[in-house]
Amino acid sequence: MDVELRVRRFNPERDTDSHWETYDLEADPSDRVLDLLHQVKWFRDGTLTFRRSCAHGVCGSDAMVINGRNQLACSVLVRNAGSQISVEPLRGMPVVKDLLVDQEGFWEKYRGALPFLVNDEIPEDGLERRQSPEDRALYEDTSRCILCAACTTACPVFWTNPDYVGPAAIVNAHRFIFDSRDTAHEERLELMADADGVWRCRTVFNCVEACPRGINITRAIMEVTRAIGERA
Amino acid sequence: MSVPMVGRGPAAAARVHVLDAVVVGAGGAGLYAALELKRGLGTAGRVGVVSKLYPTRSHTGAAQGGVCAALGNTEEDHWEWHWWDTVKGGDYLVDQDAAEVMCRDAVQTIRDLEHLGLPFDRTPEGLIDQRRFGGHSRNHGEAPVRRACYSADRTGHAILQTLYQQCVRHEVTFFDEYQVLDLLMPDGPGGRVSGVVAIRLATGELTVFLAKAVLFATGGFGMVYKVTSNAHTLTGDGVSIAYRRGLAVEDMEFFQFHPTGMYKLGFLLSEAMRGEGGILLNGQGERFMERYAPTMKDLASRDVVSRSIYQEIAAGRGINGQDFVHLDVRHLGREVLDHKLPDMAGFIRTYFGLEPLTDLVPIQPTAHYAMGGIPTDVDARVLGDGMDRVVPGFYAAGECACVSVHGANRLGTNSLLDILVFGRRAGIAMLAALPDAPTADRDPEAEARAAAHLADLLAATHGERPATIRAELREMMFMQCGVYRSGTALAEARTAVAALRERATGLRLDDHGVRYNTDLVDALELGFLLDCAEAMVVSAEARTESRGAHAREDFPDRNDDEWMRHSLATRGVDGRVSLTYKPVTVTEFQPAPRVY
Repeated sequence: MDVELRVRRFNPERDTDSHWETYDLEADPSDRVLDLLHQVKWFRDGTLTFRRSCAHGVCGSDAMVINGRNQLACSVLVRNAGSQISVEPLRGMPVVKDLLVDQEGFWEKYRGALPFLVNDEIPEDGLERRQSPEDRALYEDTSRCILCAACTTACPVFWTNPDYVGPAAIVNAHRFIFDSRDTAHEERLELMADADGVWRCRTVFNCVEACPRGINITRAIMEVTRAIGERA
Repeated sequence: MSVPMVGRGPAAAARVHVLDAVVVGAGGAGLYAALELKRGLGTAGRVGVVSKLYPTRSHTGAAQGGVCAALGNTEEDHWEWHWWDTVKGGDYLVDQDAAEVMCRDAVQTIRDLEHLGLPFDRTPEGLIDQRRFGGHSRNHGEAPVRRACYSADRTGHAILQTLYQQCVRHEVTFFDEYQVLDLLMPDGPGGRVSGVVAIRLATGELTVFLAKAVLFATGGFGMVYKVTSNAHTLTGDGVSIAYRRGLAVEDMEFFQFHPTGMYKLGFLLSEAMRGEGGILLNGQGERFMERYAPTMKDLASRDVVSRSIYQEIAAGRGINGQDFVHLDVRHLGREVLDHKLPDMAGFIRTYFGLEPLTDLVPIQPTAHYAMGGIPTDVDARVLGDGMDRVVPGFYAAGECACVSVHGANRLGTNSLLDILVFGRRAGIAMLAALPDAPTADRDPEAEARAAAHLADLLAATHGERPATIRAELREMMFMQCGVYRSGTALAEARTAVAALRERATGLRLDDHGVRYNTDLVDALELGFLLDCAEAMVVSAEARTESRGAHAREDFPDRNDDEWMRHSLATRGVDGRVSLTYKPVTVTEFQPAPRVY
């Protein structure tokens, strides 16, 4: 089928502002949007710039705004995206070149959320720590995050207040707050109770809609909020 | 101070980072090594991880079904059984002393990972749960055994996340989005390694990382094939760089095709789908693996299952006579699919628009894993000649290395085990070597060569696009050096690779800028792939037998009298590839007929 692919382009070494470029492409309905971007990059214009790696929705490299929604370019098929497809960089982060944005602020917030298990006590028998399937299930959903930034950059609170830690950092805090093995529970809740923490969430649900992993992010934020409330 | 850009300034002006140790690649092997190094050196230790991707993008994260260790949590198991399975799975080309280390270390390694926070699925008693996987058996082949520890069907994701999390905790220094170009060998080819030279993608700056110990953990090179489970970024960078510097590469003819790639797309539907009870059906609806592997059936090792599929297709028993067969998981039920295999079910729904509870799933073998690579000992020290000459300061671990624990065919789950056990051993060995290591010196020759190469590529305005040559290479390799090979096809492949290499000397780039020049990266990666392909076809053409993943139509049998030996390919200064061989280390298990 014929597809009209519109890409918002910006080359800092050439352009003063971003602009749309349109490519008429021949595509199979089962092609991914990433395949279309590759078609352009490999055979039409090698300057087109974007991140990608695994090409099947598990590495989190290629989140971008496709037809107005945050999605992974490798997880959207042409048959679902239609014959006119627009692609833009994620919002709320500085555009570096074409579809590639500066994610340093995103990673900084991730690192600030203590995204690691704290527990240096090894069981005396040397075996694994025990964790019941029920306790394991409490953080199953949030352990699936691939850090693609689709959620945070879909959040209107984050757009207006860049200091807000954002849904992705809260998801990664949740993953450890609800891990029965962790010993930094209080410190984590303290961090999330900060003025730019969970209270900023206005339950707009954009994050849930944007998450390519289908994580129920708003529920995770509510669970963290409740845990903070119960602490007092 | 302004830093001159590549192509606009002399190499001597490169930015320099002085570290204690540098790890290239941020998958499981690299991260585990970095973690061990940093924990050992403490806060003052300067441990850098240089990666062309953000670490969480590494392909370890795509691994699905599990990581094996004989914990015996759900039924009787012993690491010796795992060892035997690994040796048999590798068609007896496995170095048995190395596999013994891996299978023995596996048990503690998995428990240590749990201690680091890995979210394993659990048994009702709260222990790490285990499931069946291809080629893993009870008591030397009696029946499938539950040995794979897992986190749903995203075990690799859990491993990558956990190791990255702990590296963040211990403040390992990350240099994200740097493409490595070459090794620093200040004493000349084959001498000690004192760092790497790279290009910082964000700015185009040539960057030198000086370190007393350098680990390559750069992953595989599945992108050499048209249909592959591998990420776009798996282009053999580390293997190629070592090979270019005159070091030997081992067993390059052995490349695993995973039986259940998604038709045409190539990426995987986990072996865990068969571990949980899925079966393969041909065009007649027959469970054909019962004929090829009466005991293990659909859970025979991967090379066996992939060849069986090819034979069904060749006999006209593909689906509607086409080049694929079906994976049937309908009977597994919603509970298993949605809770134990949720990502797999999601892939089938997203990419095929099929419902695994009611539809059959089209699959074809897909290029998956390089058994060969940079030869190392069990402490990840690189053997420059592949035999016993250690290259001081240089280490390799993970898929880019060849220990060899996988021999001619890797068992499912043993790749994750390999990166964990040997990544960690690399870190420990590097730590031990640091106190006595000489100061890391620069290598002006390598730096200048890297700068000149970049400048040449950036200046090229006419010629072929990298993608054109890469597409031809991938198609050719898939046809000529795939599941089945022959002397004729491989000779043609050798000629074809030489011609493609020649054509790749005249590349044209569209992007001549310095910021995130991914056109340039494509060109560099093409060069790496072509080197890997050369070593692969030369090694494959010479091996006149069939063993593991290397199946020769003209030499259908395994030949233990002549070929119980590893191939070592080396490119001389004249550009000619020479092959030498070293014997397989056999300590316990004598070669036997391989029946599943």
